Amino acid sequence: MPARIEIDQLRDLLDSGAQLVEVLPPAEYGEEHLPGAINIPLKQLEADTTSLLDQRNPVVVYCWDYL
Amino acid sequence: MSPRAACRLETLGFQHVYDYVPGKSDWLARGLPTEGEQADRPRVGHLARKDVATCRLGDRVEHVREVIKPSPYGFCLVLAEGGALLGRVRWSTLDDELTGTAEDVMTPGPSTVRYDLSVPELRARLDKRELKTAIVTTPEGDLFGVVRRRDLEDPG
Repeated sequence: MPARIEIDQLRDLLDSGAQLVEVLPPAEYGEEHLPGAINIPLKQLEADTTSLLDQRNPVVVYCWDYL
Repeated sequence: MSPRAACRLETLGFQHVYDYVPGKSDWLARGLPTEGEQADRPRVGHLARKDVATCRLGDRVEHVREVIKPSPYGFCLVLAEGGALLGRVRWSTLDDELTGTAEDVMTPGPSTVRYDLSVPELRARLDKRELKTAIVTTPEGDLFGVVRRRDLEDPG
């Protein structure tokens, strides 16, 4: 079960080198995204599109908000 | 979206998956840096001033009167111990006979705006309500600062 985190944990993970993925559509990602985040839209989240990520290292996903 | 994405990554074999549930809106509301085409757009948080008078719930009205007097805004914001915004006391409501504490005289729950609100949008809101200032708070409700209407003028 993925862990739900808030800002403090996010900062700790990023400081430790976690991979960051925005799962919103490309246009939203292009407008603005968290520094260092890559874009893999939810609709395209498959084995091939995630192949550049390291499965052994922490990865954080985010979208717009709780909803 | 992100909960489904997090679950999907686990099914794809990822071992350490985290879901930043509050998301990009939370990051933006904290005034944290971003990248992208809109990253440099002006936001009200950039214009927020820190020189607003503050007091605590238990502060006596006499003290509140003294902190508002030199303030350029004509009001004092009432904060909890941790910094959360609880209310506002306007100079105009403090007649000479008034006694008690800030809690007794404050207007609770003043309206606030987020750090990442656009300047044109705030300008329109303030103009519609004929207001001269806006209070900026963090997602936790802590006071960030105050934005003056005149600081939103379009340089254009």
